[in-house]
Amino acid sequence: MKIGIIIQREYLTRVKKRSFILITFLAPIFFAALMFLPALLMLNSEKFDTKKTIAVCDESTLFVGKFKDTDVNTFMYVDNDIATAKNLVREGVYDGVLYIPGTSLTLPVNAEIYSMNQIPMTLSDYINTTMKKVIEHQKLLASGIDPEIVKAANTTIHVQSIRMSEDENVEKKSFGEFEFLLGIALAMVIYFVIFIFGSQVMRGVIEEKTNRIIEVIISSVKPFELMMGKIIGIALVGLTQFLLWGVLTMGIYVAVAQFLPTQEVFSTGTVMTEQITETVQNTDTQEVLTKVFDVIHSINFKAILWCFLFYFIGGYFLYSAMFAAVGSAVDNETDTQQFVTPISMLLIIPMVCSTIIANAPDSSLSLWLSMIPFTSPVAMMLRIPFGVPIWQVVTSVALLFVTFIIFTWLAGKVYRTGILMYGKKVSWKEIIKWIKY
Amino acid sequence: MNYLEINNVSKTYGTKKVLNDISIKVPQQSIYGLLGPNGAGKTTLIRILNQITMPDSGQVLLNGNPLKPSDIANIGYLPEERGLYKKMKVGEQAVYLAQLKGMDRKDAEKKLRQWFVKFDIASWWDKKVEELSKGMQQKVQFIVTVIHEPKLLIFDEPFSGFDPINVNLLKKEILELRDKGATILFSTHNMASVEELCDNIMLINKGEKILEGSVYDIKQQYKNHSYDVVYKPFEGGEETHQTVNSTNPNDLIREIIEKGEIVSFNEILPSINDIFINLVSSSNK
Repeated sequence: MKIGIIIQREYLTRVKKRSFILITFLAPIFFAALMFLPALLMLNSEKFDTKKTIAVCDESTLFVGKFKDTDVNTFMYVDNDIATAKNLVREGVYDGVLYIPGTSLTLPVNAEIYSMNQIPMTLSDYINTTMKKVIEHQKLLASGIDPEIVKAANTTIHVQSIRMSEDENVEKKSFGEFEFLLGIALAMVIYFVIFIFGSQVMRGVIEEKTNRIIEVIISSVKPFELMMGKIIGIALVGLTQFLLWGVLTMGIYVAVAQFLPTQEVFSTGTVMTEQITETVQNTDTQEVLTKVFDVIHSINFKAILWCFLFYFIGGYFLYSAMFAAVGSAVDNETDTQQFVTPISMLLIIPMVCSTIIANAPDSSLSLWLSMIPFTSPVAMMLRIPFGVPIWQVVTSVALLFVTFIIFTWLAGKVYRTGILMYGKKVSWKEIIKWIKY
Repeated sequence: MNYLEINNVSKTYGTKKVLNDISIKVPQQSIYGLLGPNGAGKTTLIRILNQITMPDSGQVLLNGNPLKPSDIANIGYLPEERGLYKKMKVGEQAVYLAQLKGMDRKDAEKKLRQWFVKFDIASWWDKKVEELSKGMQQKVQFIVTVIHEPKLLIFDEPFSGFDPINVNLLKKEILELRDKGATILFSTHNMASVEELCDNIMLINKGEKILEGSVYDIKQQYKNHSYDVVYKPFEGGEETHQTVNSTNPNDLIREIIEKGEIVSFNEILPSINDIFINLVSSSNK
């Protein structure tokens, strides 16, 4: 089969390229870094801060002993007036001075920090929350309310949304935010890979045309075989890259996880959640975490993976056929713009609507965009983490595949005429004429 | 026997008639010249032979049978607009193109190596095409055209881009291929090479056939009966050159014999170039 020889060449020349090897092996390191770095930075963030000694010049005397020393911050309560304290900062005795002016009428709500260097955000945040607590406490006391009662009344409400299905035993917990983010991420990935590999097809076609090797080749094989060989070859390059990325990222993840104390890495989630919950004064992190894991378990990753594969293949074939037709119609890459822009618009529409779709995955807009073949690859990726009825997925994939077959056939007709046209500015009208030949 | 026969082929693009009822017969083991100004329809005709374009009407017979897709393996085509993948290695690329013609990998590689030695480019096997000079690339293209030993070879302007030394090398190869049994169709503007190589020619202009025949016959047909005569007059003095028109060379010779001693007597035949220019400009009127 000659198409096999073409696929082989298209595949091998790309896979052997230095840029392919570089991206394939560097990207997983980057992915792994993305997974670990935030955790490591979060855990060690305080180590990056330099030790600071802060003088507290508290005229109101309400806050004495309320600021607690930490690993990096030391609070010294001083009796000096603010002018002297500021001089001491200038001389380098203290890194900064916190000045809380005393007021006899109301409780102090303003404070100033004087320092030579910018003080870290974490420090000013800490001062802010501490003061807030103290003042609130004072206000409650002034109104004759026992702060303990308020503390007891403080409640956190969790609304668990659970999706039912026909089967009574299957209920799916959902945690909106997580599925939302996953959907956006999947949509972005499919959007970029369709674009990246689709434009590789286009560039390949233009290369053959400007090289003038095209006539030699189509005297040996049919133009359609050449076009399909290129499209399939590049699709295989893409799939190879995904596979290697997956395997390598997992490999690096496992390897690094073994070197790091597992406790730290896997408790990252706890650390982050603690920080979030601390601000809302809610400490039952465990509960939140369990929920996250519940949702992760309830998402059907296998189904997502299969859908991704189908929609990548379908979407890629559809768009790369169009890109191949464009490549055949022009003489060089700069002329492609007028054709590429409208085609990319089709792919950009669901990206623009991504938040709307992910917010209401079952709305009629979401449904339509995930059915129309040009937008379905991206739109369906946004919906899929929330769970999509199987008939919708099947219909949408079927529509996508039928459309890509029709479009490959049409593109083949344009391609056949286009590759032998030189030095002619081609318009849309002209292209439609070629289809009719 | 005719290896290639084109019978009443016509092709129209839109409203433009590119080929109008063209018929040619190319005898086996001969070199056939396809002449015509730019835009005459030569490339379209050649593309029809390569099954890149389909004719609107008419028929192409190869070895007596209508052209079919598997005939690709019997045809070698060197297009006028030719190129190679710049980033690919020379040898690898030649093997790829040979495979597309239906050769198997090992066979292709073995034969290609022999040709590379013959053309003195063996050391370039592993170089990238972009590192090669234009002439070397042309050599590679020529090799790729003939590697699968096709019975019909189609050369479109084969000599463009070659230096005189390589033009000679190529001519030698083309004649050798014919002697080994190949039938060659040869499209060019280079009239000198036409006279040197072609057995038969056809001249087309604006899609119409305006002349066909063997090079000898055509020259005879278009000669204007002029002779170049050199003689030494009996009365002494320098040798005299004279261009004389006469329909009867015997009368002419008799006439000259009386004037002096004949040094040389040659018929002036028109060059194909002159015939080409005359016919094309008169058919354009």
